[in-house]
Amino acid sequence: MTDVTAAVPLEFPQATPRASLDCPAFNLPAATAPALLRHLRDQHAFDFLMDITAIDWTAAKSPRFTVVWHLYSSTAHGYVRVAADCPDDAAPAVPSVCSLWPGANWHERETWDMFGIRFTGHPDLRRILMWEGYPYHPLRKEFPLAGIETELPDADIAAETGAKVKPAPMAGGPFAATPGEPMSEAEPRARDESWDEQREKPE
Amino acid sequence: MVSANREFAYDSKIEGDVIVTRADAAINWVRTNSMWPMPMGLACCAIEMMATAASRYDIARFGAEVMRFSPRQSDCMIVAGTVTYKMATALRRIYDQMTEPKWVIAMGACASTGGMYRSYAVLQGVDRIVPVDVYVSGCPPRPEALLDALLKLQNKVKRERSASKLFQQSA
Repeated sequence: MTDVTAAVPLEFPQATPRASLDCPAFNLPAATAPALLRHLRDQHAFDFLMDITAIDWTAAKSPRFTVVWHLYSSTAHGYVRVAADCPDDAAPAVPSVCSLWPGANWHERETWDMFGIRFTGHPDLRRILMWEGYPYHPLRKEFPLAGIETELPDADIAAETGAKVKPAPMAGGPFAATPGEPMSEAEPRARDESWDEQREKPE
Repeated sequence: MVSANREFAYDSKIEGDVIVTRADAAINWVRTNSMWPMPMGLACCAIEMMATAASRYDIARFGAEVMRFSPRQSDCMIVAGTVTYKMATALRRIYDQMTEPKWVIAMGACASTGGMYRSYAVLQGVDRIVPVDVYVSGCPPRPEALLDALLKLQNKVKRERSASKLFQQSA
């Protein structure tokens, strides 16, 4: 494999090395990401797009969102990571790489669904897991695991049953696994919320 | 016939073609012993449901072997697995398409209560969107547990006042 750690900063001056414990990694501006990804695919044989995901650094930080691409070389058997900060915190967007790898299509839809990051140039950017019309992006840091009350996907079913999307009862959770034996003790469960004279009642 | 139905009386004085029974008993006997399930397999519980239908456990012994993938031909929906909110409306639509009379078995922890999925995406119990007759515990339940649920449902159906319901509807 060609040494991308040394080669890429020479070929792409905008790309800076990114702290990484495993594979070579680069930061770069979002607008130039497709050019670098294409270069890695064509010149450095990173032919396989492993994953597209994102990081939410919480609303307090700016830039808030970072999109991460992982590439794999099926000939040299190595990985490379590319990360780009989204310039706009309110309406984050990065260019799509669907034209480079058709497999990027669903990854980008998932990232849009979960984080609300738009991929400009995507052929069909719809939600993939939650339903169309769901008002939130669940993997954002401010979204609670239990969920937020909202309407069901179909209005007629909601009218018929009176059901709504309701926050899940966490009951002291989220469920925590304790390593050890036996299995009945180790399996994931809600935290013990019982109270007595010794233990204070949890709020 | 699976269980002896004592409500059927055979009178040897009236030889041949006549038996005497209550309409409820006759209707419920037909319904209990030929319950066609709608296999709503949504997660790993569906694997156990398939095992229940296969040769070792053989749900055919209890007359419920005809798994119908069309709701219009089935009368017992077995909700086997995690019901997400996105699936819940589809599930309700399928339930609405089933013909009366119809029953629902919530198979496993997820279908009964949401199970370990305390999350924004999962319906916390399928009874929030369809009426459930029998709940089965387990994650997933063993085939015996599903068979037990079916027997419980059959006992429940046997106690229904089917005939009077029919007459009320026709009146």
